[in-house]
Amino acid sequence: MGTKATIAVLSGKGGTGKTLVSVNLAAVAANATYIDCDTEEPNGHIFIKPTIVGEYVVTEPKPVVNQDLCDGCRTCVDACAFNALALIGKNLLIFDEICHSCGLCTYICPKGALREEQRPLGIVKRGRKNGMTFLSGEMNVGESSAVPIIKALMREQSTDLVIIDSPPGSGCLVTETVGNADFCLLVAEPTIFGAHNLAMAHDLVTLMGKPSAVLLNKTQEGENPSEIYAKEHGLKIIGSLPYDEHLALLSSDGHLAVEEDEHYHTYFKELLEAITKEARHASDSDPQR
Amino acid sequence: MHQILILSGKGGTGKTTVASAFIKLSEAKAYADCDTDAPNLHLVMGSYEQDQKRDYRGLPKAVIDPDLCINCNKCYEVCRFDAIKPGNPYRIIPIACEGCNYCTHVCPVEAIHSEEAKVGDLKLLKRNNEVFSTATLLMGSGNTGKLVSEVKNQLKEVSSEHEVAILDGSPGIGCPVIASLSGVDLALMVAEPSLSGLSDLKRVIASARQLQVPVAVIVNKYDTNERKSAEIEVYCYKEGIPFLGKIPYDKMATAAINRGKTLVEIESLGAGAIRTIYENTLQLMKERIHI
Repeated sequence: MGTKATIAVLSGKGGTGKTLVSVNLAAVAANATYIDCDTEEPNGHIFIKPTIVGEYVVTEPKPVVNQDLCDGCRTCVDACAFNALALIGKNLLIFDEICHSCGLCTYICPKGALREEQRPLGIVKRGRKNGMTFLSGEMNVGESSAVPIIKALMREQSTDLVIIDSPPGSGCLVTETVGNADFCLLVAEPTIFGAHNLAMAHDLVTLMGKPSAVLLNKTQEGENPSEIYAKEHGLKIIGSLPYDEHLALLSSDGHLAVEEDEHYHTYFKELLEAITKEARHASDSDPQR
Repeated sequence: MHQILILSGKGGTGKTTVASAFIKLSEAKAYADCDTDAPNLHLVMGSYEQDQKRDYRGLPKAVIDPDLCINCNKCYEVCRFDAIKPGNPYRIIPIACEGCNYCTHVCPVEAIHSEEAKVGDLKLLKRNNEVFSTATLLMGSGNTGKLVSEVKNQLKEVSSEHEVAILDGSPGIGCPVIASLSGVDLALMVAEPSLSGLSDLKRVIASARQLQVPVAVIVNKYDTNERKSAEIEVYCYKEGIPFLGKIPYDKMATAAINRGKTLVEIESLGAGAIRTIYENTLQLMKERIHI
């Protein structure tokens, strides 16, 4: 294909088909890199079944106190914006789960009583499947923010065409994935829930100045609120994927539709071409590039 | 207040569909939408007589005074959130700033201060004896966990001790989910009968167990993959997790939701199943949690 583009697949609402679309797009491309950024609930590996060739732990620094040096001056407690430190009697307590790992307490301690220790947050896996490069992040259960894992994924070496499978929502994790994209593919369901969250995702990518288009998924007879939203807001509809029991069954068993069904192979190949064309067009008309 | 939280791990399994049906069936007087990233419960709850809205302010974020900045790069060096954009003058990227104030402390010319800004709306909706707590977050604002706690707190303030409150949760296992789990009496997991659904279910159950929150499981759209649905049931049995029932796929569900109705307000295949699940849930709350 030879196109250099990073495409983020997102939706606002969960379960609209981000992973289904991402893995099948990556599978029909010649040498794509698929990045699973849904680090809280990563599922790309279930479909792609890659051979894992590398794995490392992503850590984040957390403060540790040397009680012998701490004189209970409270400077760190007062400075911490997240209330992650507390002084009980003469003992300084540190709440790792609330700590944002900003490093201020360690810097500000007048006695040098604090230092930072790296704690595991999750893992990054690198794999191969045929010509595809597979990257996936997995946050440890009980952790609260996967942002450092997503940042680590974004630093990994990738091929020209990158498909980013984003987490649901429109919060801090999604802004990380969208920030790295040239083009955003929004996947939407035909419900008022789908349309409402499509609007939120569309607002987010617009705010971040990213070109986008929507794929209408699970379409069926009757009114499609997401389609109406797209038409009213000048959001390009790049395709629609009708609800199909056979596709649902293939996916629920963890199969790649493009490998099992000729129709879907053709469908995703054409969809990929349409998307890369949009992405190319967007980067051509962007004077900053 | 006794709280039943509807969760799923995976997105789009039917949390809001189940939560809204539970609210109708239980005639709940108190309920909340804890999915502040993508709130949808209000879309099927109809209209309210009263609508109280107040500003939600997250942590104050850093602002650089362009007249004072000497471009020394010290703030850029210490910021771990990539929130400083070098230039003349340096600028803060508000979306990335977490409000830690490290930059404020290292700036040699006191060019940085922090400013509170509105990042969302907290809403308390009322009709008859019902209260509905929900929120919206402005685009690109973080701190959803904190907002979820606020949504729960404002519900607690206005509801009585013995009431059963229904909370609609968010997907994933990160900060909003952890915030929504704290202090609830039961987390009812809505699972999807797929490999992804089972994998995600296991992770959200592990999260709830870390916080010592009792869990129970139901399967939605079970007949789209009966084999996977059975696997989920077997998994629950082996883990000693109460399995409270399964809901068939129902094309009418989409139509009901698009008319702003809950599944139990229309003639549907799913309505009967949800009623049974609701009864089973109440039974479980009585037996295990002694309410």
